[in-house]
Amino acid sequence: MGADLAVPVFEPWTDPQAKPLIQFQNVTKRFGDFTAIDDLTIDIFECEFFALLGPSGCGKTTMMRMLAGFEAPTEGKIFLAGQDIAPVPPNQRAVNMMFQSYALFPHLSIWENIAFGLKREGMPRAEIAARVEEMLRLTRLEKFARRKPHQISGGQRQRVALARSLAKAPKLLLLDEPLGALDRKLREETQFELMDIQEKTGTTFVIVTHDQEEAMTVASRVAVMDNGKVIQVATPADIYEAPNSSYVADFIGDVNLIQGQATATGEDTYALHWREGAAPLTIKSPNAISDGQTAHLAIRPEKVTISADKPEGADNVVQGKVLDIAYLGNLSTYHVELPTGDVIKAQTANTRRISRRAYTWEDTVWLSWTATGGVLLAD
Amino acid sequence: MKRLSAFNVVSLTLGFAFLYIPMLILILFSFNESKLVTVWSGFSTKWYGELMQNEAMLQAAWVTIKVAVISSSIATVLGTMAAYVMVRSGRFLGRTLFSGMIYAPLVMPEVITGLSLLLLFIGIGLDRGVLTIVLAHTTFSMCYVSVVVSSRLATFDMSLEEAARDLGCSQAQAFRLVTLPIIAPAVVSGWLLAFTLSLDDLVIASFTTGPAATTLPIKIFSAVRLGVSPEINALSTIMIGIVTVGVISASLVSKRALVKQRREEQEAVRAT
Repeated sequence: MGADLAVPVFEPWTDPQAKPLIQFQNVTKRFGDFTAIDDLTIDIFECEFFALLGPSGCGKTTMMRMLAGFEAPTEGKIFLAGQDIAPVPPNQRAVNMMFQSYALFPHLSIWENIAFGLKREGMPRAEIAARVEEMLRLTRLEKFARRKPHQISGGQRQRVALARSLAKAPKLLLLDEPLGALDRKLREETQFELMDIQEKTGTTFVIVTHDQEEAMTVASRVAVMDNGKVIQVATPADIYEAPNSSYVADFIGDVNLIQGQATATGEDTYALHWREGAAPLTIKSPNAISDGQTAHLAIRPEKVTISADKPEGADNVVQGKVLDIAYLGNLSTYHVELPTGDVIKAQTANTRRISRRAYTWEDTVWLSWTATGGVLLAD
Repeated sequence: MKRLSAFNVVSLTLGFAFLYIPMLILILFSFNESKLVTVWSGFSTKWYGELMQNEAMLQAAWVTIKVAVISSSIATVLGTMAAYVMVRSGRFLGRTLFSGMIYAPLVMPEVITGLSLLLLFIGIGLDRGVLTIVLAHTTFSMCYVSVVVSSRLATFDMSLEEAARDLGCSQAQAFRLVTLPIIAPAVVSGWLLAFTLSLDDLVIASFTTGPAATTLPIKIFSAVRLGVSPEINALSTIMIGIVTVGVISASLVSKRALVKQRREEQEAVRAT
């Protein structure tokens, strides 16, 4: 019965027949001596919600500006629907952009802002009116149509910017840190709104963000960038569960990184010799690592179990002392210091009242995790 | 409001007296009954009436206004273009030299500007008249426009223009539909400034004028050499009025735009 209910999974990147909407082919962008984008090759498919994630200055905004047409690649080619877009000026690309500052025209009303692009297209008046009304409905702004941008709130302005960039029904919508100016609660609501709108309109979205939670929430795939290079492109789950490097593991979420020398002990199974005198750690990891190579075990704090008594039958067990407790209400993160001086973080859900907790600061506790709990990353 | 000390009151009075007593006397005597400029014999507006009969004066006034309107309009277009290039093109080779050259006429002595223009017009064989004064006034007033407009453009959000491009505007359309409406107050106050400068210029106009075109300042200056008549006082009073209105409205336009911008920014901050 389970098989009958299976929803077709949206994964065009696994289908060799699928034609990407956007292709970056060996694109390099230099500003003088500074290399903003370094030999970048990436495919983005239709209807994807693609996130470019990285620290500021990693080149993600430059990539977006090249798609919009405000920058030209120094080397390499960018294809949109199979067509090289280098010679196409920004006003003739089927691409629209939502600016970080929103860039709403202050001298025009909300209605006129949304109609702006349609008027340039030479669309008949009646059609413009219908389309603008549709956009106002989609973004729930009907009441504010006659107002000027300075007469509405930040969240509303953000929706106007979205409506304006969607009005022309672009093949590709670029969002440059679209939620950066909103407070946390509004940002979370808007993320879901964005996903909803993306699904309704079927537009391909490329979002630039430095907020990993935002990227994980909205995106179908995430590209983690650093210094003009793409480090990993994968689904949010793969990025989190199977990072391909310690940079990605460290950048996304919280992680324990344990360095050591790996030796293969079976198929995909390795022993990590991490400290003189300590028992080697057992890891099942798909990444091929040669014997004796230095590697990092990356394991998420929530995959480390903490207990007062020594657990039976766990693959990896270490003992330590509780150094610090970060209490988040629903979760607590325990910083546990091992006799070797290493600190390992373990996270648990607070299913019991805090007064019923079996261990606290300075208590000796046991940490354990399974062989498949973490991944082994070669340096 | 803070009360001023006796010292401040005295220095303020002296300062303003120094600045404005000559003008007040001029205005006062324009309403004098007597033909003698220095003897008061009763209130009258008859000199204003006589002025309206003076063909030569009216002719000069017409030339002046024509020159001021045309030259300030050309100067506004050129000055705005120069400001746009300076602010927008970022760094390029010779930028400092270029911007220095735009602003140099601000500090150039008028005599030198006038003389060099005169030599140019003689050199290229251009007959001196209304056209040459217009060209000369455009030359020196465009840098003022450029200063006013570029200070507004410096705070203009570049992404507005990119958004316009992104939504289908050509570069020229983006300027016309988005940039220009937003910077319009600065352009208008630049125009008013250029207009006022052209209106009361004597030195450059007298260098570049010919027998066919006499502007009001030239006319007044030459008339005064034959003796001051109350008619001239009346005319000068009208000019003071026009210049005052011009300067005040230019500053009001830019101030109101500034206040509006500030308020909008504050509202934006509060709204987010």
